[in-house]
Amino acid sequence: MGHLEYSEAKKVVVKGLMILGVVTIAEVFVALFGNGHIIHGFYLHKIVFYPVMIGLSLYKAYFIVYEFMHMRYEVKGLAMSVLLPTLLLVWAIIAFFQEGTSWGKRRELIHQKDKETIHETQQPSETGMLDDDRTYQIQ
Amino acid sequence: MATDTALDHHADVQDGNLWDGAKSPFQASYGKLMMWYFLLSDAFTFAGFLISYGALRFSMPTWPVPDFVFKSAPFGVENAPLIFVTFMTFVLIISSVTMVRAVQEGHRENKGGAVFWLLLTIIGGATFLSSQAWEWTNLIGKEGMSVTTNPFSNFNESGKYLSAEELEKAGFQKVETEAHGAAATYFLRPRAADVPENRYFVKADHHGHSMAGEEFAAGNHFLITYNHANHLYEHGAYMAEDGHVKKEEFGPQAFGALFFFITGFHGFHVFSGVVFLTIIAINVAGGLYVKRRNGYEMVEKMGLYWHFVDLVWVFVFLVFYLL
Repeated sequence: MGHLEYSEAKKVVVKGLMILGVVTIAEVFVALFGNGHIIHGFYLHKIVFYPVMIGLSLYKAYFIVYEFMHMRYEVKGLAMSVLLPTLLLVWAIIAFFQEGTSWGKRRELIHQKDKETIHETQQPSETGMLDDDRTYQIQ
Repeated sequence: MATDTALDHHADVQDGNLWDGAKSPFQASYGKLMMWYFLLSDAFTFAGFLISYGALRFSMPTWPVPDFVFKSAPFGVENAPLIFVTFMTFVLIISSVTMVRAVQEGHRENKGGAVFWLLLTIIGGATFLSSQAWEWTNLIGKEGMSVTTNPFSNFNESGKYLSAEELEKAGFQKVETEAHGAAATYFLRPRAADVPENRYFVKADHHGHSMAGEEFAAGNHFLITYNHANHLYEHGAYMAEDGHVKKEEFGPQAFGALFFFITGFHGFHVFSGVVFLTIIAINVAGGLYVKRRNGYEMVEKMGLYWHFVDLVWVFVFLVFYLL
């Protein structure tokens, strides 16, 4: 492509190897540290170390696309026509994770309802709205 | 020179008349542009898989913990969480770097250099595939994970695994049976019918060693007992802190299917990549791309694909092994 001199380009390769290697080691270290494998019995909360790992992975993705795949040196229109559509995934992640959480809640609700028992009581309730003599109490 | 024949990306980039015709507005060949759009569509496919993994994971109260599931390595290494998969990640990073070198040598129309770095990239891809084959073999054959079965689970209460004597003392009835040519012993719940739901086993690790007497706490992870002699899953019996005898249960069923389909689909990409790298290396060696006089653009397009495989692995690694 001729955007970099050959010797410069070779340096970018070594730099890329170092960056991706160091970031990967950092990610694994954070995962092991957060899950209590480095200092035995010391755990971090997910909210603390999950964003670190996600951030480092996004940096690795950026580096691969911009340096190794030369997106930095492409015409802006080409870069945008490839990168902008991926923003749709932001919506997909929010929508489907919310949906997943909802499935979990519903399953939990069904579980609770399954355990509910209905006791027939002898006395009609004070506010007796039912035509019937019986009222039901949910416990 | 490569820059004479390949499209020069710096010329006319800021030219306002790029879209007036007679020029390639994106300063890229058709093949390269289409490779980018193929990779974009492939990114959506992988994103669809990974997002469905996330949605299912969010819907479950518990989920297998990666540093427990992926803690074995070849040559008998155990209790080394994430170490083998870190090695696999490095293999892929290094093969990506050798691919960058192959593309650079291609631009210089250096046939020997391009073939050399392509061959190293092929070795990297093959090493990754072999590592994945070992990982799958270990998970399926040794730990009993399959598309429909997830033996990785965790406790939501603390307790202690029970021995055969303790189960008999608690009124359980000992039954000896034979399945698939191997002997198995299980314990039936007091006065219960001999159906699978009522069978309790003495907890064993995946080598078959008894774990009776071991205590565990809420949140601890475990592997469902898998009897390799008779190929049966067994549910280890434990005494919960409330004094009830209970048995361990499987983890979320979707985990195995998601793992094998997503890492398998990625592995298939690596495999296709190795095949195409081999074809292109042969073509480079045969001098085909010299005739095209476009700076070995085929090597560059292959490079885009190969880096994309590495890019996908960044997210597969994050989602399956780190989070």
